[in-house]
Amino acid sequence: MQLETTGVSLTSVTLFAPMVGFFILLFLNKLSDERIKWGALITSLITLGFSILLLAQFKSDETGLQSEHIAEWIPTFGIYYHVGIDGISIWLVMLTTFIMPLAILISFNMIHERIRLYYLFMLLIEFAMLGVFVAQDMFLFYVFWELTLVPMYFLIGIWGGEERRYAAVKFFLYTMAGSILMLLAILWLGNEAGTFDVKVITEMVQSGTLSFSTDTERLLFLGFFIAFAIKVPLWPLHSWLPDAHVQAPTAGSIILAGILLKLGTYGLIRFNLGFFPNASADFAPWIAALAVIGIIYGAWVAYAQTDVKKLVAYTSVSHLGFVVLGIFSLTSSGVQGAVLQMVNHGISTGGLFALVGILYDRRHTKAINAFGGIWKVMPVFSGIALVISLSSMGLPSMNGFVGEFTILLGSASSEVLSIWFTAVATLGVILAAVYTLFMFNKVFMGPLDKKENQELEDLTWSKNWTELGALVPLVIMIFVIGLYPSPFFELMDGSVGHLVNFVHTVAVAGK
Amino acid sequence: MEGFYSAVSLVVIVPLLGMLTNLFFGKKLGEKGAGFIAVSASAFAFVVALILWATLVDQHYEPAIVNAPLIHSWISIPSAGIDIPWQFRVDTLSVTMMLVVTGVGTLIHIYATGYMHGDERFPRFFVYLNLFLVFMLILVTGNNLLVMFVGWEGVGLCSFLLIGFWFDKPGKHPTEGTVGWSNSNAARKAFIVNRIGDFGLLMGIFLTFWTFGTLDYYKPHEVIHLEHDEAPPPVFAVEGAEGEHTGEEAAHVESGSEIHGIYTQAELWFEEGNHQVSFGSIDLDFDAVITLITLFFLLGATGKSAQIPLFVWLPDAMAGPTPVSALIHAATMVTAGIYMMVRSNSFFFNSDLTSFVVTIIGISTALAAGFMALGQWDIKKVLAYSTVSQLGFMVAAVGLGAYAAAMFHLVTHAFFKALLFLGSGSVIHAMEHGHHHAHEHGHDEHGDEHDEHAEHEAHGEHATHTHHDDHEFDPQDMRNMGGLAGKMRLTYITYLIGALALAGIFPLSGFWSKDEILADSYNIWIDEGELKGTLALVVLLAAAGMTAFYTWRQICLVFFGKPRTAAAEHAPESSSLMTTPLAILAIGAFLVGFANVPNGIPLLGWFFEWVFGEHRFTLFLEESVIHAHAGNFNAVLALLATGIALGAMYVSHTIYGSKAMPIPMEKDPLEENPQTQPLFALSNAKLYWDEAYFKYIVYPFQGAARFLANTIDWDFWHNFFHDRIIGQGFQGAADVISQPIDRQVVDKGFMSLATGVLAAASRLRKTQTGYVRTYALSLMMGVLLVIVIILLPTLRDLLGI
Repeated sequence: MQLETTGVSLTSVTLFAPMVGFFILLFLNKLSDERIKWGALITSLITLGFSILLLAQFKSDETGLQSEHIAEWIPTFGIYYHVGIDGISIWLVMLTTFIMPLAILISFNMIHERIRLYYLFMLLIEFAMLGVFVAQDMFLFYVFWELTLVPMYFLIGIWGGEERRYAAVKFFLYTMAGSILMLLAILWLGNEAGTFDVKVITEMVQSGTLSFSTDTERLLFLGFFIAFAIKVPLWPLHSWLPDAHVQAPTAGSIILAGILLKLGTYGLIRFNLGFFPNASADFAPWIAALAVIGIIYGAWVAYAQTDVKKLVAYTSVSHLGFVVLGIFSLTSSGVQGAVLQMVNHGISTGGLFALVGILYDRRHTKAINAFGGIWKVMPVFSGIALVISLSSMGLPSMNGFVGEFTILLGSASSEVLSIWFTAVATLGVILAAVYTLFMFNKVFMGPLDKKENQELEDLTWSKNWTELGALVPLVIMIFVIGLYPSPFFELMDGSVGHLVNFVHTVAVAGK
Repeated sequence: MEGFYSAVSLVVIVPLLGMLTNLFFGKKLGEKGAGFIAVSASAFAFVVALILWATLVDQHYEPAIVNAPLIHSWISIPSAGIDIPWQFRVDTLSVTMMLVVTGVGTLIHIYATGYMHGDERFPRFFVYLNLFLVFMLILVTGNNLLVMFVGWEGVGLCSFLLIGFWFDKPGKHPTEGTVGWSNSNAARKAFIVNRIGDFGLLMGIFLTFWTFGTLDYYKPHEVIHLEHDEAPPPVFAVEGAEGEHTGEEAAHVESGSEIHGIYTQAELWFEEGNHQVSFGSIDLDFDAVITLITLFFLLGATGKSAQIPLFVWLPDAMAGPTPVSALIHAATMVTAGIYMMVRSNSFFFNSDLTSFVVTIIGISTALAAGFMALGQWDIKKVLAYSTVSQLGFMVAAVGLGAYAAAMFHLVTHAFFKALLFLGSGSVIHAMEHGHHHAHEHGHDEHGDEHDEHAEHEAHGEHATHTHHDDHEFDPQDMRNMGGLAGKMRLTYITYLIGALALAGIFPLSGFWSKDEILADSYNIWIDEGELKGTLALVVLLAAAGMTAFYTWRQICLVFFGKPRTAAAEHAPESSSLMTTPLAILAIGAFLVGFANVPNGIPLLGWFFEWVFGEHRFTLFLEESVIHAHAGNFNAVLALLATGIALGAMYVSHTIYGSKAMPIPMEKDPLEENPQTQPLFALSNAKLYWDEAYFKYIVYPFQGAARFLANTIDWDFWHNFFHDRIIGQGFQGAADVISQPIDRQVVDKGFMSLATGVLAAASRLRKTQTGYVRTYALSLMMGVLLVIVIILLPTLRDLLGI
């Protein structure tokens, strides 16, 4: 099938902006460390700038793709370079371009070895992640999907903690195993449809020109689903996550939790819901069950951790469980809540990893018992930690609540899920308070009875501007989204409404 | 004057500004500046509340719905039919709450500037206090359940922050024995227990949304007609009122739009009867749905308003500074549950089952907490259990359908309990001071300021030195007190007024409000023959007796007799910053009861009616609380209740007041009597409630968490299944398969391709060759596959095959 090619669009500009910086840093090999750092930061800020332009010209009344760029790539196979954004991907692009400068900034004083290589990988991973979110060709998607693995593998393997090699390899192989299934599904689907183009396939599925037998649809669904479920990670496929998160360097954890996990949930919406409405509806209760187990299990296991970073890592299992629950509620509210919660989780969990990193940088330990009473010596830092922790546990007026609430409202009104899913998931709200306050209590409150902690110094703009510079934007966004999330919903309402409506007419209403 | 309604935003915004100012500039402003900002913000909010009240009166109590400035819409998802705005509601119920919160709040702010004087985190304290006002006012002014929920959880947060204000203060964990964690653990406990309640509230909100498609209490366009004699009050919006007037039918609504607010819609459906709600595949009776929703709401209320089974956090919450106990844990926040249920009276009134359960919870809490208060030594703990017990009275009133009585008791309780807490703060302050004085023998002269300062070093001492306190002196233990009546005249008199009001002695405020609840339960028993009325009357009378008993015990132990320690001997009266609010609150505790004088009082009835009018407060409240109704005075019942109270006080006096307590005092007279000893021990141990929770809930939960995390997740799933079975299996298979390819292809051919990338991992490769080979193999196979697929057709084209 032939597609009409278009000129370069802003989406492409945003996508390739990190690569420009990447090549500059790659070929100018006499740059000082300072210049490399700043080069990377400025590149990511320019990318952010482009993405803001992208957001500004986004038309909320359109449900389809915007700012598309289509070019020929491998014409014989009908594979195109096709990128574009809709109301769902725009927010994930924004999340990526927002988190990356902060991750780079916080690395300034934390990474001292192989600086050039480090920032090259940072820019490469930004490129790869943006590619996943904007790609509208399955093949292009797959290439970007695999490309995200390489820089993350090295970020963990080179700059990680003591067991970095093990964690890096496990991360790589685990995700790879899933993506091979996805590759098979992509090839199969491409063969069936005669094209790899996501937009075209979606239109074909929606118009009924492309339909599968029940078994085929289910198999294809599972091919995509397993790859995404590993990435999310959906319980019980989460075993790679505590290793990778704990061993990754601070910025690595921020990127991993903040953005990389959302590749999975994004894929679930884009491919599983978009291509396979019947299988989605059929599997929804089962997947939602895994999600709800994950919510409870992740929270419960997090509570028993003795390592702060590991605790935060397990909370992701719980939080992403909410996102998956929202997606497979197959309601507009659930899916929109899920998209917003992806952004929220990036902000709050990214923030938590930043906090842990800052503490580790000063105390060289992540054991919860090593802390206590930090609030006394680090009031500013602790205040920020409080806000981010509360955001993570979903306090109303902050971002996490809005996402969780809309997800739960969606799952409560879902026609494919019984009310019990919502009831049990809402119990997760209690558990979130249990583990978050356990962590906050043990680290920041209580007596300041350890000598090393008494010598800690608070963050100040003059001495720790990189750390504060990374944390403050997160705090601001926490309140912006918490108090006024309407614009976020407004932009995604069209796309999500269209998608859910389609799934609903095809699969839900007929039953 | 209706334009003044929009001032309601200020009631939230001004304390918010005060909070932000102190957050960012508190250190620079210093104690005076920070205190001034916080007090002014609170006082300003009070003035706004007064203006709103005046506006309401002027507008014939017509409620108003006001949009928040700047951010009108909050969660708005058109395709899902969700529209939850930031909207305030001004009606008689919300204004009542606003007046209580800001009025009592301002007095407590003033008091706190004296009480917290010298604390190193003085500005921070007022940041939290103002933040509390913000959330509390959001809670009571919001026009939908979700905005209320923002306030609901927000005040919980402030409670957490303030209970843990002295988070490093020494003190042992009740069961784990860890030193120094008591305050922060108490803070955490409060938050988590409240979250359990919040779970209920959230579930209630989900069900409400599903049933009604909205969360708004009332919509701007609604006109509500009530079963009143008077003209019904139309609701109108500030921006473009479109209220219309019609008919005389009860609870009828006339409007242009299809969607009604939840309460109006509920009334309509109840009137209509037989309404069904569809939950996916199940259809439920509307009655059943409302019962479910209200039971969930009730769970929320038991958390926030400290009722059985979730009351356990409130006594521990006394770890916070005393002004906090007065403001948050007595007068305002803990009444949020009552407010929420009264606000939802359209739901609660129509569910008999829930009403019964609410009554049972209320009366059993009133009784159990009253009993626990009997055997406490800590002056604040007595008041804490007393608060739980009094909240039980209010909850019971809600269950009985006596919404006006519940709100009335809420208001009077806010005054006298805040007064008692602040009085106890004054006593504790004086005891700490006296203790300090008694210790520093050479220290004779006390300039006023120096005094305060020295005393606050005692706080500081608590904070830093954990061990070498000469002997553990507890300034809150009533055994260490005695004879303070002579030392602290003003504190004593005001405390006495508060205590008598709490005990329900005529004509103080507590008498009127408690009596109204009793009268209502009597009416429900006799007139409607309902079991809950009988139970409520009997149990609440018993609880009222206990109230009088422990209140008088406290008065005797604290103020009467001789000083039992050097600290009590040297206890001075507190500064005027602290005593002035006491005096004002005492006047309030004396007078507010007259705001709702019932009719039918024998002998003096004409006098009260002439001076105060009848049911003023109830009539005011009826304008917004549809099912509120006025109670009749029952002279026999009033006499009986007063008799019980006076009798209990008399017994209490013979035990604690008429003979001197031993010095040093260690045991309660009841403890020394073998007949009452077991009872006292049971009360002192708080019925082993906490222990039971720890044993049956907390420890099993922790054990399960460790088992899940260590055994299931790590040992089995992570180590055994993944690393052993999958990991090593893959490794083995890869080795077998890769041996030939490894040498032939990977090492020679593709490895050179990958050298550039893999150079970065050179160190890695040296140590872990096996892993990297496997990895490289997988990667290469993937890349190879891709390349072949991409290039094959092109190659074919090129070669012409």
